[in-house]
Amino acid sequence: MTAVASASFPAVLTVLVLVPAAGALVLLAMPRTRSDLLKPVTLLASVLPAALAVWLLTEFDAGAAGLFQFSDRYTWIEGLGVSWHVGVDGLSLFLVVMTALMFPLAIVGVDPEHSPKPYYAWLLILETGCLGTFVALDLIMFFVFFEIVLVPMYFLIGGWGHGRRAYAATKFFLFTMFGSALMLVAIVALAFLHASASGGGVSFDLVGIAENQVLATNTARWLFLAFALAFAVKVPLFPVHTWLPDAHTNAPTAGSVILAAVMLKLGTYGLVRFGLYLFPEASVYFAPLMVTLGVIGIIYGAIAAAMQRDLKRLVAYSSVAHLGFIVIGTFALNTEGLTGGVLQMVNHGVSTGALFLLVGMIYERRHTREISDLGGLQKPAPVMAAVFTVVMLSSVGLPGLNGFVGELLVLLGAFNAHRWWAVVAAAGVILAAVYLLWAYQRVFHGPASGANAEMPDMRWREGLVMVPFLAAIVFMGVYPKPVIDRVEPAVDAIIAHVEDNVAGFAEPAADVQPPVSLDDLDKPAGYDDHGTEGQSGSEDGGAGHGGDGG
Amino acid sequence: MGTVLAQLEPIVAPAVDWAGLLPVLLPAAGALVLLMVRSLVPSRLLPVGLDALWTFAVVAAGFVAVVVLWQRDGEVTAFGDQLVMDGLALFTAAVVFGSVALAAPTLPRYCQRVGIDSAELCVLTLLAAAGAVVMAGAADLIVLFLGLETMSIAAYVMAALNLRRLESLEAGLKYFVLGAFSTAFLLYGIALVYGATGTTSLDGIAGYLDTFLVLRDGMLLAGLAMLLVGLGFKVAAVPFHAWAPDVYVGAPTPVTALMASAVKAAGFAALIRVFVDALGVRADDWQPVMFALACATLAVGSVLAAVQSDAKRILAYSSISHAGFILVGVQAASDSGVAAVLFYLAAYAVIAVGSFTVVAVLSGRADDRTGLAALAGLGNRRPALALGLTILLLAQAGVPFTSGFVAKFSVISAAVEARSYWLAIVAMVSAVVAAFAYLRVVVAMYFGDEGSDGSDGAEDSPAMGLGAAAVIVAAVLFTVVAGIVPGLLESLSSTAAGL
Repeated sequence: MTAVASASFPAVLTVLVLVPAAGALVLLAMPRTRSDLLKPVTLLASVLPAALAVWLLTEFDAGAAGLFQFSDRYTWIEGLGVSWHVGVDGLSLFLVVMTALMFPLAIVGVDPEHSPKPYYAWLLILETGCLGTFVALDLIMFFVFFEIVLVPMYFLIGGWGHGRRAYAATKFFLFTMFGSALMLVAIVALAFLHASASGGGVSFDLVGIAENQVLATNTARWLFLAFALAFAVKVPLFPVHTWLPDAHTNAPTAGSVILAAVMLKLGTYGLVRFGLYLFPEASVYFAPLMVTLGVIGIIYGAIAAAMQRDLKRLVAYSSVAHLGFIVIGTFALNTEGLTGGVLQMVNHGVSTGALFLLVGMIYERRHTREISDLGGLQKPAPVMAAVFTVVMLSSVGLPGLNGFVGELLVLLGAFNAHRWWAVVAAAGVILAAVYLLWAYQRVFHGPASGANAEMPDMRWREGLVMVPFLAAIVFMGVYPKPVIDRVEPAVDAIIAHVEDNVAGFAEPAADVQPPVSLDDLDKPAGYDDHGTEGQSGSEDGGAGHGGDGG
Repeated sequence: MGTVLAQLEPIVAPAVDWAGLLPVLLPAAGALVLLMVRSLVPSRLLPVGLDALWTFAVVAAGFVAVVVLWQRDGEVTAFGDQLVMDGLALFTAAVVFGSVALAAPTLPRYCQRVGIDSAELCVLTLLAAAGAVVMAGAADLIVLFLGLETMSIAAYVMAALNLRRLESLEAGLKYFVLGAFSTAFLLYGIALVYGATGTTSLDGIAGYLDTFLVLRDGMLLAGLAMLLVGLGFKVAAVPFHAWAPDVYVGAPTPVTALMASAVKAAGFAALIRVFVDALGVRADDWQPVMFALACATLAVGSVLAAVQSDAKRILAYSSISHAGFILVGVQAASDSGVAAVLFYLAAYAVIAVGSFTVVAVLSGRADDRTGLAALAGLGNRRPALALGLTILLLAQAGVPFTSGFVAKFSVISAAVEARSYWLAIVAMVSAVVAAFAYLRVVVAMYFGDEGSDGSDGAEDSPAMGLGAAAVIVAAVLFTVVAGIVPGLLESLSSTAAGL
């Protein structure tokens, strides 16, 4: 994490981030008469970053995945110590690639119902915002991008959404803005306190601040909480998740896809990069809390999803559950858990992005998302049913598909760190199978009547859009090694960073060991403390959950 | 008689650097020239837009003078150190001139439509600008008072200029009565501070407090409190804000724009001069009060903005909440705080004039169609205008890549640097509440039910004219450019603050 590797293609990440925004400007400048050019220009502006991202993937040095690569840096606001500093490591690489690929797919896959020009412009601005957040290595630059994504998504939900779109859009905006309001104060406080403690000038450089841990323990914990609140809203963690079902359900299809696949990851990515990395001690301290919230999210999201009558709302709640897995993986604070968490960020993006596209296709044809109005769609639309099956099973976590790898690693890691929590979370996997299979059964099986029997199957274009999703689902499920090879060094670096900076914390025994081993006896006392904390907490929470179930 | 005079010692006039006083002299002289011309020459002989054009030219010249003076070494003092043209004064003067220059192009069409005599408005605007610059450059409490009165009396009349509208007259009266009341506080405060320190010179006060320990400081503290009341009224800080919403809504819209930009900038410059510069030694005494004022101003401004259903009133309350943000910078009582305040003033002045100009364009013949309903469907009817207002509103909410974000960021930085964490948190939370108010406007423009008021609105909202269009474009461009590359403005405000 310390060194910053240099780039061969100068400023590739800067170009990657700015191309979509430039595309949006071109769109705005286009004359009203050439509306036929809108989609090609948009595609160009989103395919170019995708191509660059794939190039990054090939050029990325897997051996140095723990370092920031392709980085470049310019002074932005000199007087305030803000710089434009970008770079990717193994943590952000696949998120960048997924983001860059997801946008063209969402653009090809769904046409706006009206006013294409502002729609495409907002989408492109959103892409710049998301990419910028993932590559930013300056705290203020990160904040700026983290915050700017609200605006395009607000307009996409409000302008092209359904139902109570203005309400959903405003709720989304205010919830997220409230979360990040305190983060701005925390960022500024962190920079000033760090500068005064270390004797340097005020700087918002992520690496510089993270690698030189000088803050008092209590201060760091407060700051961590302010950061964590911003990310918890974005993830979203229970109990600040209430904006998500509304936003997802009322957003246009492309909006839901991007929201689920990319924007929720801004929160989980933030927890790793700006939680663990910046505040290792506070992360260890608050890990039981975060894991608890994650487990609550898993169970709560699964139960709520099972209760939904609206197919899109069901998928939305399933996101709450899946993101809970990512959070417990992250705060297991060991290599397996965090690797699984990072993998799940990508997996959830692929699976849930695809699910929202499919739900959007059904809605476009049937103009309803009520599960009870649908039924027997397998007969008129066999191809769609087949694709839906694969995507759904990937979301359930079927072995051989992508979701399995990530969930297994997360549960492994969580089991090592917080045993009973992992047991409860594992129940979430079963619940996922329940609500998704049940929904699938009600929508696709049974006799088709009325409009359901007439529903047209997938078109060629829609099928082509699904191909990359299916390919990723199968590839990551069968042969995740190339991905893990690039993620793991970065994860190891973060875990090592935590170990270096937290007295008495050490990662539990290596991943090949059985979860219960004699090594447990040799662990430093400090680690055992955390283990017991987690376990005792788990019993309380477990009882609470039992009460919910009854 | 002659012998009597000859026996007296000759009066030595203090040397005056007239060139250095151009920022004050230009608008004052410009106002008088315009007044003479319009009184002597029949209106039909003069072209329609002359008043506004003249105003624009005068403040443009004033702006050039500021730029030239900025590059001169050393500060200009005049009239025996009564007036000083230092960084703070010049920066504020630039903000004032910029605001007037942005407000002027809208005037010809607006005055024609609403039926206001543009000559009166322009003369008063220039006089108010002269007063504002005097206020910003005051090195003495008496001079500060002179500038404040010049500016305020012009502003009282401007608020009441729309004779056909009852609210406008009410606004003028309200502003005048309460303003006179607050001026009394200010004067009493000046008297008490003079009593405690023996001088009205700001440098003198600072020097006195630096040298002597005032043991029985009741009089000083009372004077300090009175000064805070008087100046708090001018910047509409809660609890001295009661006049602001009604006056902002009742005054002709371009006048409101000037009150939110130029008048506010001058008020804050005076606040900095008196409290941060002259009474900086006693910062421990006034900082807690300023802390409370800032919190109250932020909370009341944003919460009340969020519950309004009139765009002009939303902007009025939001202007109160912005004053709260600026007070956060003042409260820091540091050079970086002053720099943040100046940045905020410049950014907000442009945003405010731009936003109110959009409202003025849409406000109809009587200048009273400012409800949210009147904005319904604007996104479809006039997409460019709606986009402009949206960007300006997002900037007020502090969304990144706008000058509003950098302004909030620098104010928060100053507060955190001064260890006022709670104030920073209150500020950011109230920014979220205020954002709700701006989103309501955006919702009305884009996601509202069209047709209910849309056809009606289209009928009554005339073409905006080139002047207003240019103003809105300029304001939006400034807001976005200063948000993406804030380096220049940031370094200027830092230099002005003496950093």
